[in-house]
Amino acid sequence: MTVEAKDVERRFGPMAALQGISVRLQPGEFVALLGPSGSGKTTLLRILAGLDTADAGTVRIGGRDMAGVPARHRRIGVVFQNYALFRHMTVFENVAFGLRVRPRAERPYEAELKARVLRLLELVQIPDLANRYPEQISGGQRQRAALARALAIEPELLLLDEPFGALDAVVRKDVRRWLRGLHEQLGITSLLVTHDQEEAMEMADRIAVMDRGRIAQFASPRDLLDAPASAFVAGFVGEATRIPCIVESGIARFAEPGFDLLHAALPDGPAHAFVRPADVRAEAGVSAVVRARLGGGGTRLLVEVGGRSLEAETAPGADQLDRGAPCRISLRGAWIFAETGERARGLPLGAPPRLRSYTGGLSTDG
Amino acid sequence: MSARAFRRAGQDARWIDWLVGGAAIAVAVLLLGLPLAAVFVEALRRGWPVVQSTLSDPDTIAAIRLTLLVAAITVPVNLVGGLAAAWCVAKHDFPGKRLMVTLIELPFSVSPVIAGLVFVLMFGAQGWFGTWLQARDIQIIFALPGLVLATVFVTFPFVARTVLPLMMEQGREEEEAAATLGANGLQTFVRVTLPNVKWALLAGVLLCNARAMGEFGAVSVVSGHIRGETNTMPLHVEILYNEYQFAGAFAVAAALALLGVVTLLAKTALERVSGCRMREGR
Repeated sequence: MTVEAKDVERRFGPMAALQGISVRLQPGEFVALLGPSGSGKTTLLRILAGLDTADAGTVRIGGRDMAGVPARHRRIGVVFQNYALFRHMTVFENVAFGLRVRPRAERPYEAELKARVLRLLELVQIPDLANRYPEQISGGQRQRAALARALAIEPELLLLDEPFGALDAVVRKDVRRWLRGLHEQLGITSLLVTHDQEEAMEMADRIAVMDRGRIAQFASPRDLLDAPASAFVAGFVGEATRIPCIVESGIARFAEPGFDLLHAALPDGPAHAFVRPADVRAEAGVSAVVRARLGGGGTRLLVEVGGRSLEAETAPGADQLDRGAPCRISLRGAWIFAETGERARGLPLGAPPRLRSYTGGLSTDG
Repeated sequence: MSARAFRRAGQDARWIDWLVGGAAIAVAVLLLGLPLAAVFVEALRRGWPVVQSTLSDPDTIAAIRLTLLVAAITVPVNLVGGLAAAWCVAKHDFPGKRLMVTLIELPFSVSPVIAGLVFVLMFGAQGWFGTWLQARDIQIIFALPGLVLATVFVTFPFVARTVLPLMMEQGREEEEAAATLGANGLQTFVRVTLPNVKWALLAGVLLCNARAMGEFGAVSVVSGHIRGETNTMPLHVEILYNEYQFAGAFAVAAALALLGVVTLLAKTALERVSGCRMREGR
């Protein structure tokens, strides 16, 4: 089912929660709304679900204008942040709820209802928990129960509000993969709200990055990394470190010693470079390794350069650096944004000039 | 060392627990248990026949009947009203919500005597609506409607105040989930909101009942103390006492206290049951 929001605005008192939001989800697509807390992503989800109303703008779901359609008539499955399972009902009754509250004519007979609920519990792999109460099952199991309950109404749109927030890291990874697999199996258009970029990158076909009530960029995970549309996206996605610099006749110069100069096709003036760990190569040299950190095959390090700490990687096959060992870094590239918002890929001076230019064509949908 | 240290710490804590617990129980017995026991002892001092004759006196029977009747009307009214008020405040946002919360607690902060006087001022013969009511031959003050009104006012907060914090704590997420699953307002209330607060609601009802039977101040003002007609049990106790019929006064007092104690026991039993249910997750 296509989902289309156009120029949606929402204010809470003096605070603008959503400003001119326009997005379009294709049928069967898995989209993530990614942004820091307070960026308006949950507000947008609630407006889609019919739990909140936009001050301006339109929401169309499956081509139908949703203005004035209450949540209960929208048939949108919602998995809430804390699952919001009915605490006084068993898992079975939780899942059955959406069927039991149907008008008499549409309500399935008890035997059919039972079969359907059990089938859903099989689908989310908790058939043996049917008679337990939400309090008696683990976080991961609650999440599955909440999902089964949302699926019981046979929704054509599934909204997931930070569904992994309450899970521990190990369970979270498993559930993520399982849920993405389930999406492929069922093909329901899904919208995931999250502040965790790894989660969004792993699960979504496309990601809408939100910043203070606006959509900063709506693109595939690959495009977000390869062509960030704004300084905010470059800083938020890909664990980048922001370092101020000054561009003079096509060369970016950093105030702190220890950083290389970079080619940058930008007008002269102050700018910000966004450096990702993969762009920083560390090797034995003069500045000091503050903390060696495992990760990325044991090659990820935290280094301190000119009073600034940033993440770096060692060259494949190079000697590993110990904690506290002196080292130097070389920048292999960076996204550089001029104060005017113009963007260029900064490249080391020694490297052959690249033909591909990244300066034009910001790919924001809407 | 740590295991031993932990055990010592635990034992210390237990020793303090006993001391504090013992002191608390001593105070409770002294201040609450003793007076209650005194009522029963005093009532039975002249023997069972005196108690029996007092309780079978027509005026006493009328008082008991009236008290139960007032409670029987008040409790359902405040059950519905208190639940509705708590539901409005906890599950909805509207201008004047804070004022509403304050209003719910008003009967607790205003002296019952004042509450009674207000009703006299409004519905009494010289009151605002006095002539209007008289012209239509409607008697509110010095009659059952006045007693019920005063009691409803005084006992209103009990249900609302026991249910409201629980509803606030539970938030609105489950109601929102119910809405996305297709439930209408009534279905949501009956299937989700109400079952989630049912034990608190029952506890509030029992407290409301205990207070409705025992209310003295407001009722005293609006009752007129007409024996056999507008005398409730607490008022009857006072009358008997003022007439130096101590045995009778204590007998009625004991009966009234017994009603309160039974209510309290029911509430405790309820909490035990709901506690078990809660642990089982029901």
